[in-house]
Amino acid sequence: MSNYKAVVIGGSAGSFPLVVKILSSLPKNYPFPVFLALHRLKHIRNGFVEALSLKSNIPVIEPHDKEVIKPGIAYLAPSNYHMYVELGNTIALSTEDMVKYSRPSIDLTFDTASYIYKDKMVGVIVSGANTDGAEGIKRSKERGAFTIAQNPDEATIKTMPDAAIKAAEMDKILSIDEICKFLVSIAN
Amino acid sequence: MELEIDIIDIRKLVNTIKMVYGFDFGEYALSSFKRRLARIIEVYKFDNMADLIEKVRVDKPFYELFLKEVTVNTTEMFRDPSMWKKLKETVFPVVKDYSTIRIWHSACSTGEEVYSMAIALKEAGLYEKARIFASDINEDVIAKALEGKYPARNMELNGFNYEKFEGKLKLNHYFKSTGDYVFMDQDLLRNVTFRKFDLVQGDQTMRFDIILCRNVLIYFNLPLQDQIVGKFAKCTSQGGFLALGSKETIAWCKSVDNYNTFSLEEKIYQRK
Repeated sequence: MSNYKAVVIGGSAGSFPLVVKILSSLPKNYPFPVFLALHRLKHIRNGFVEALSLKSNIPVIEPHDKEVIKPGIAYLAPSNYHMYVELGNTIALSTEDMVKYSRPSIDLTFDTASYIYKDKMVGVIVSGANTDGAEGIKRSKERGAFTIAQNPDEATIKTMPDAAIKAAEMDKILSIDEICKFLVSIAN
Repeated sequence: MELEIDIIDIRKLVNTIKMVYGFDFGEYALSSFKRRLARIIEVYKFDNMADLIEKVRVDKPFYELFLKEVTVNTTEMFRDPSMWKKLKETVFPVVKDYSTIRIWHSACSTGEEVYSMAIALKEAGLYEKARIFASDINEDVIAKALEGKYPARNMELNGFNYEKFEGKLKLNHYFKSTGDYVFMDQDLLRNVTFRKFDLVQGDQTMRFDIILCRNVLIYFNLPLQDQIVGKFAKCTSQGGFLALGSKETIAWCKSVDNYNTFSLEEKIYQRK
């Protein structure tokens, strides 16, 4: 097994089918936690986690504040909260102001996760219509994380992966199928 | 993105404040505290953490300002409408025959939650017997709550929430619009008392039937959450209610045994 300890995925418009695909390709008992910082309809609390769970091989949950992080679980940033990886292997939530018009903010999840996991983190930015995530993945890269952007030519909306690629030199630019393969491969 | 802050500097700051002012930030959740510090450094144009620490140490008025800037005041009217609906449909029927319904907004921020409660009580015909106590550590936000003046642009979301709550009227029944701002009907505050109160260090001597503490505990670590929920347990009447934010839980607190889960979905707990 690789040295990684966490996977963080950021996405917005057009990312839903991609994240479903990733979650359905990961094996049961995936050895890392997967953090999902996805923009979502504001103030619609229900439905999203259920929709993501349908085809996922690993449980998808919206964590409570200070929930202990476990491998093999996908943690979806809850509606109207920022999701942080906190010291002591826990998740912290926050209602601080929106960042780039977003709460949850992809930047903040990437920033806090890479602060904890450093070079043991894999960060992935997929389709989206704004530049949230670019700053976060840049900082993740500075801390040694392995960074991946979805190939913008393939993304439904390429603004987000484009911004990530512009902000920092990605370790890999991959199609969604290749991203799935990669995330599976690091588990073996 | 903000300046990177070293955890060692955060500890220095926490120790300085503890020594000089006796306030302990050591039990604040790190990620959000760190972000607040980065924001303060940016807004007040400090060059680095050392300068901020020194300023806080020697300048008491700045420390007071710092306290206000560190707390998060994001709020909405009828935030999580389903919680307010649950309150209306299941909690109000339990307390409706009480001679007085004592309510505490334990971190009232700029007052949106207080006005929401007043409106919900009014529409349920319970306002007259309600005594609402609203407190916050920051007197500036209390002043805003008292004034009831809100940016008109916020009212779209507030009105949307009120509709989801299934309020009886239109939200604009409760405020007057004047250009960029709206002014809440001050009659809604008739039974409300505001006071500056520090949840962490303060002692609450009153007793309450409903306590709201929504999205406050998230800024604390578990031991401090535990301590505060323990305080709530002491000042909640038997059968009284505690409402937290939708993703907060008392499951990991010692005083969990003092409560029954009244609504798991809406994080409403009932004192045994």
